[in-house]
Amino acid sequence: MEILEKIKQPATSESKNPSASIPTNSGEGREVSGSEAVLDACVQEGVYTIFGYPGGAIMPIYDALYDYKEKLQHILVRHEQGAIHAAQGFARASGKTGVVFATSGPGATNLVTGLADAMIDSTPLVCITGQVFAHLLGTDAFQETDVINITTPVTKWNYQVTDATEIPAVLAKAFYIAGSGRPGPVLIDITKNAQLQKFQYEGYKKCDHIRSYRPKPIVRKEYIEEAAKLINEAERPFVIFGQGVILGKAENEFKQFIEKGGLPAAWTIMGMSAIPTDHPLGVGMLGMHGNYGPNVLTNECDVLIAIGMRFDDRVTGRLDKYAKQAKIIHLDIDPAEIDKNVKATVGVWGDCKETLPLLTELLQQKVYPTWLQKFHDFMAKETEKCIQPELNPTGDTLTMGEVIKTLNELTNGDAIIVTDVGQHQMVACRYAKMNHSKSNITSGGLGTMGYALPAAIGAAYGDPSRTTVAIIGDGGFQMTLQELGTIMQFKPNVKILILNNQFLGMVRQWQQLFHEKRYSFVDITSPDFVAVAKGYYIDGQRVSERDKLKYALQTMLNHDGSYLLEVMVGKENNVFPMVPQGRGVAECVLSKEEI
Amino acid sequence: MNTLQFNHTAAQLSPSGGGGGGLNGRKEFTITVYTENQVGLLNRIAIIFSKRKINIDSLNTSPSEVDSVHRFTIVINETEEVVRKLCRQIEKQVEVLKAYYNTNDEIIWQEMAMYKVPTDVIAEHVKVERLLSQHGAKAVVIRKDYTVFEVAGQREETDNLIKVLEPYGLIEFVRSARIAIIKSSDGFHNKLKEFEYKEPGEVVIENEYLSENEKVFSM
Repeated sequence: MEILEKIKQPATSESKNPSASIPTNSGEGREVSGSEAVLDACVQEGVYTIFGYPGGAIMPIYDALYDYKEKLQHILVRHEQGAIHAAQGFARASGKTGVVFATSGPGATNLVTGLADAMIDSTPLVCITGQVFAHLLGTDAFQETDVINITTPVTKWNYQVTDATEIPAVLAKAFYIAGSGRPGPVLIDITKNAQLQKFQYEGYKKCDHIRSYRPKPIVRKEYIEEAAKLINEAERPFVIFGQGVILGKAENEFKQFIEKGGLPAAWTIMGMSAIPTDHPLGVGMLGMHGNYGPNVLTNECDVLIAIGMRFDDRVTGRLDKYAKQAKIIHLDIDPAEIDKNVKATVGVWGDCKETLPLLTELLQQKVYPTWLQKFHDFMAKETEKCIQPELNPTGDTLTMGEVIKTLNELTNGDAIIVTDVGQHQMVACRYAKMNHSKSNITSGGLGTMGYALPAAIGAAYGDPSRTTVAIIGDGGFQMTLQELGTIMQFKPNVKILILNNQFLGMVRQWQQLFHEKRYSFVDITSPDFVAVAKGYYIDGQRVSERDKLKYALQTMLNHDGSYLLEVMVGKENNVFPMVPQGRGVAECVLSKEEI
Repeated sequence: MNTLQFNHTAAQLSPSGGGGGGLNGRKEFTITVYTENQVGLLNRIAIIFSKRKINIDSLNTSPSEVDSVHRFTIVINETEEVVRKLCRQIEKQVEVLKAYYNTNDEIIWQEMAMYKVPTDVIAEHVKVERLLSQHGAKAVVIRKDYTVFEVAGQREETDNLIKVLEPYGLIEFVRSARIAIIKSSDGFHNKLKEFEYKEPGEVVIENEYLSENEKVFSM
């Protein structure tokens, strides 16, 4: 219980603590093993929850963990991919760094998908993998793989430890790198001998500077001034924002910025929930299945202000038809993102927590009623053609949209929504109501099917004060359903909502629209999900009738503990609007007839 | 108080023009990277190129003017835009201190080549010896069966000597990676001091995106 209390405390940025660089007195001057040093590092970094799976090469760490049960809560997953997605969900819900333990060889290679996912979505993780004894490296020993080289392209930093004396400094570096600047995953591979090796422990010292690493710059005022000038002179300014606002903990700064400037703002899928979804200046979601107005009007604004986003191809569509008329201001903490896909007129390199207030100060208080009305007009068109039929369908079968709408009515937008990948993800992100930051947890950049169930487990630990609803398709759920075992054993409170259309729906939609309806291996069959859950002692039910939907959702939310609700939805429904691949954002279509 | 005036840095905007080179505006660029000396960093840098299916023409690692700081010299044939993006990705790596790129006229560069030829041929043809000395070749090893010459120079020079020696039975040829000195560089010593401060000055923490054609902040 004590652990739970601690978790409930809001995330604080301990690294900013001025006393952080003072060595702590824990275990100072005594002899410890490498394994104990690893665990002490976790404790000193404020970690309470670890997701992991033991195995031969990480046994010394697990042995030491036996004595740390009071200080560290270890969640035994059913597959290492589950561990890393859970750590991602934890990080995204809590704003802290997620921690994963896995063994060498297959344990470590099972992390790769999650590392790639965390890398592209900038999720802070520290993964500790066991490795064979140092003297066996390169001998193709049992469960030896070259984890460092396998994971180099998908980690912000990685390092192999072969000597225990390195552990405190390396772990300190790992946590510092994972959580600072543009966050990302770090992997530390520790050979078994280093885990066992005893050494004189001088205590843990947090890292706050690496000479070759610059997490953020000193903000240069002249760029802020230039940007403010462009915004103040604009007639049709448009803000597009991504997860940078959430990662930078700059939600308030962002809100003040758009409110003072009267700036219409649209979010990327990763930026969703940085402002409440019903904010009057929030005009919706960008991207392939985003809202009509934000997509089309990207090509009509005169100043486009991009904040903490990276112009992913799913957001821009065809680049040579993207916002060519606009002057572009790009605020980002990662200088490699500025000018990468879209050339900025003014690039502001910096932490948006610092740059946004400076920019806001120079803004004139303004409103753009005519310009904002344009977004509303497009929304009216979209409502008529897409939203209304999706949320209030007249047919017999349920739509995904009406499930989300009903869920909104019951959660009132206060739940954490974890989604998998595919049609249900797009529908959930299009229609879910969110009042609080860090409400939308999804695999955005990598599009990892199977992400949602383990990520929801992590989210439930990351913010236990909120309801976590995992919305998953029938395909994705079958990719990681083994994590029901984790839920069974550790009882995190996860509401599992399966939207079953008996197809791999998004691929089917593309096959229908672009491959002459040649449905090639998308008609996936499913087990009785409710019976599967029952096998794991998790209650659940299936509904397919409209009049039972609300009660079923209420039952799920009210249930004491985890619950699985399978909702049968229309088999061949499509997600619209859509910016078809290879087209410009202005060519966003509202129905299949327009393609 | 600019400590250094290198011509292009990873974070710098396009200086005027560019272009000029071969196919599709591609030309030869030499990338100089200052790094920590760390196992695995070579791979981390190499995959930045291979991820984009870009061939590295030449790669050299060596110590630098600063003790403990490593220096990579990488040659590729690409457009300046691609090179600039590559340098930003390189500089983003935790253990990379700084990445610069330069065109050939901005650097002094050399490669070293070695040629193994049959000794008896050289002994027979006085002409060969004359040719070798014309090309500045120096004998490294002379044995009864073969002789090894070395030449340091630019690509054309070392290539020319291959052509010259081929008729006389060139047995083996090898050329080193390019090494290059940046003409306008004042070295990395002062720069490194800046990096070591916990709150580096603007000279190190540059923000160079003001506008395309105006002020270009160098370091």
